[in-house]
Amino acid sequence: MDAIVLPAVVLGPLLPALIVLAAAALVLGLDLGPRALPRELLAVTALAGMIGALLATLARWGAPGRAFRDMVVLDNYALFFNVIICYSGALIVLLSMDYLRRTGSDSAEYYALVLFATAGMMLLAAAGDLVVVFLALELMSLSLYVLAGLFKRELASGEAAMKYFLLGAFASSFLLYGIALVYGAAGTTNLDRIAAAMAARPRDPLFVVGYGLLLVGFGFKISSVPFHMWVPDVYQGAPTSVTALIATGSKAAAFAALIRVLAVTLRGVPPDWTPLFWAVAVVTMTVGNVVAIAQSNLKRMLAYSSIAHVGYMLVGLVAGGAGGTGAVLFYLLTYTFTTAGAFGVITLCERARGEAVEVGDYAGLARRHPMLAAALGIFLLSLIGIPPLAGFVGKFYVFGAAVRAGYVWLAVIGLLNSAMAAYYYLRVVVYMYMREPEGAVTAYAPSFAGGVALTVALLAIVLLGVMPAPFVDLAQAAVAPLLR
Amino acid sequence: MIGLPAYLILGALVFSIGLFGVLTRRNAVGILLGIELMLNAVNINLVAFARFNGDVAGLVFTLFTISITVAEVAVGLAIVIAIFRVRRTVEADRLDLLRG
Repeated sequence: MDAIVLPAVVLGPLLPALIVLAAAALVLGLDLGPRALPRELLAVTALAGMIGALLATLARWGAPGRAFRDMVVLDNYALFFNVIICYSGALIVLLSMDYLRRTGSDSAEYYALVLFATAGMMLLAAAGDLVVVFLALELMSLSLYVLAGLFKRELASGEAAMKYFLLGAFASSFLLYGIALVYGAAGTTNLDRIAAAMAARPRDPLFVVGYGLLLVGFGFKISSVPFHMWVPDVYQGAPTSVTALIATGSKAAAFAALIRVLAVTLRGVPPDWTPLFWAVAVVTMTVGNVVAIAQSNLKRMLAYSSIAHVGYMLVGLVAGGAGGTGAVLFYLLTYTFTTAGAFGVITLCERARGEAVEVGDYAGLARRHPMLAAALGIFLLSLIGIPPLAGFVGKFYVFGAAVRAGYVWLAVIGLLNSAMAAYYYLRVVVYMYMREPEGAVTAYAPSFAGGVALTVALLAIVLLGVMPAPFVDLAQAAVAPLLR
Repeated sequence: MIGLPAYLILGALVFSIGLFGVLTRRNAVGILLGIELMLNAVNINLVAFARFNGDVAGLVFTLFTISITVAEVAVGLAIVIAIFRVRRTVEADRLDLLRG
């Protein structure tokens, strides 16, 4: 029997995730401390964790590292996603501070769970092994299931948590079954070695079935049609700050893992799967947009809109190459700021009973709270894709990549979908600026932290819209090494 | 000597039984049990592959999935209890507040 050789422990590539986990432990510890501690300290600690992780990420830029025998790969690709995830986490913490106090759910475990979920997302983006993909996905998902049910006394929140949990665990079992079959066929769970095994036997039935199941699992997590059933219910029922995290960070992380697994392991395989993604992209954006038109609940409408945006991102995946895949990364960056901002405005609006979530609640908002209405208007215009906002540039690069790769019809369908989407986004703007409120008016729940979050998001989408080139170049350079 | 295909068929059968349970049960705890069966079918596969490939990674992976599964059950039952306190039911088709 050979002696067991322990590999050298290199923690450097784990640093961003470790900072977030340390902040989570600190938050839980502070909660046990003396009662005299101000409650804001919890949120500030969580925010410091996010910003610390962001700085650690930026400091490691261009210095890729691997740890635990290639299980964790912190390359520029993972760092790019870390930036998205850190911003998403920081914005959600800022938005939560006053929102939670108002709703009586201010608790240390909320911030700790947000941090745990964020750490899971970072590890998911840096996963170089299917074992880590599964573990990170579960770390993220289990935290989010609990967060969705945060409002324990509200029926909708519990129902959202239950549906999210049952469908999420169901999807995880498919993903895991797929991983097991791929492991059986390749004899390893390491992505690079799977690539070598697949290049030798791309038609092995275990690979084909395994990848099918893997894609079902990922389809649930990125919420593409036909695995989108949970999205509207969960987005509507979960606390709005949690919805923002599910819509931005968790979606970006799931995309990160999907792109890395596909790009790395299918290197030597002919792209037979492109027609499948073509069809899924078309159906996803069309279903999302058509159903969104009929929604009267703003959170539910944004849920269907997020499904449609997944369709646009899949267009970039179909186009492939550094151009198409890089465009998806840039799209996720713009989408994160825009969507976090749109949900952020909802957390700042309240009515006598609960939140202002119906589109009708926003009638006349522009006259009483012009800043808030302008912010929501800009976020919605960016979601439509009006220049010079970030959403326009994101769509421009995704559809441009599709045209260059020869998928002209796909780009045309995408543009028609964007035009259709303008209807339901603009309806909200019309309500805010041209309608008078009926009955009780929606009040602004003042929040300094929330204002800061919205300002950051607004500045980001204007900056990304006016000066996109450096960020697009970064995204393409980050994704290029995966595709070699 | 029982071959690898026998174990894979057993795994597929257990997975299908779990899937059937998830799709037909109306009680949330019943659905959770179905999901557990599906996850354990994966463990059968992983252990069988590890045994026949002569590779220990699959066994280690199985330990990870078992612990994750336990965490999942804990969270799932906590959500079930939280809902039961408010609604006095955990029938999945009675949870129909959210629709559009």
